[in-house]
Amino acid sequence: MAMQDKHPRVRVMQSPLGRARGLGSAQTGSGTWRLERVTAVALLPLSLWFVYVVLRLAHADYATTRAFVGEKIHAVLFLALIGSLFPHLALGLRAIIEDYVRGELTKFFCLFAVNAGCVLLALVAAISVLKLVS
Amino acid sequence: MEDMRDAMLVGRDSEGKTVLRPTSPHLQIYRWKITMLQSILHRVSGSALAAGALVLVTWLAAAASAPSVFAQVQWWIASPIGLLVLFGFSLSLFYHMASGLRHLAWDALWGFEKPQFNATSAWIFAFAFVATAFVWGVGFFLVQG
Repeated sequence: MAMQDKHPRVRVMQSPLGRARGLGSAQTGSGTWRLERVTAVALLPLSLWFVYVVLRLAHADYATTRAFVGEKIHAVLFLALIGSLFPHLALGLRAIIEDYVRGELTKFFCLFAVNAGCVLLALVAAISVLKLVS
Repeated sequence: MEDMRDAMLVGRDSEGKTVLRPTSPHLQIYRWKITMLQSILHRVSGSALAAGALVLVTWLAAAASAPSVFAQVQWWIASPIGLLVLFGFSLSLFYHMASGLRHLAWDALWGFEKPQFNATSAWIFAFAFVATAFVWGVGFFLVQG
């Protein structure tokens, strides 16, 4: 954009009203806003528990690790962690992408990659945990 | 101008002539505030933790896989580089946790006064460093004992 133009000429074939239309709220923002906060609150205790797990299993071998993750209470907490971590992560990366990635197509593919990646990774993690439940 | 976003920045003055609407200056114009740094760090630590989630998935998948695969992953994690990365994850986690807690407080409309956010800023850094040091201290103790 030429900043030195004293009286810039707009060559966009659209009326000012048409330009403004559709740029407001899509009426669905509060859902994602809420989800980001709800998962954040859930992740407070879950991530502290996860730090405890990492310390517990710092020197655990294959069998011990499998038995630990496979215990029902631990498996449930792992699934809760996976279920809150990935939506939270996806929303966080989405905010960053929406701020910094320019170009509608690039942005679309970045968001698609993040969301698809999160779904797949969450499934891999959840199925791995379920496989270990004894 | 042909770009939609640029066109949105064009208004008309009292004579009806088109003018560029005033825009707020970018980051380098402002004097640095601790909250600016922390806003950036919140995103940086969050992105780091996203990478950490990748390691978590790898570790879980390896545990559900063959012993040799699990041993391989454990070896990588326990290597000097692996531990350094893990250290970064733990620091990011505690930073993001404290900073996120303040975001929740802000959502509840608490903490916008200058003395309040200066205090919470200091507490966030303090918590991140102390909690990280504590966890690694415990980890070191467990390995030795």
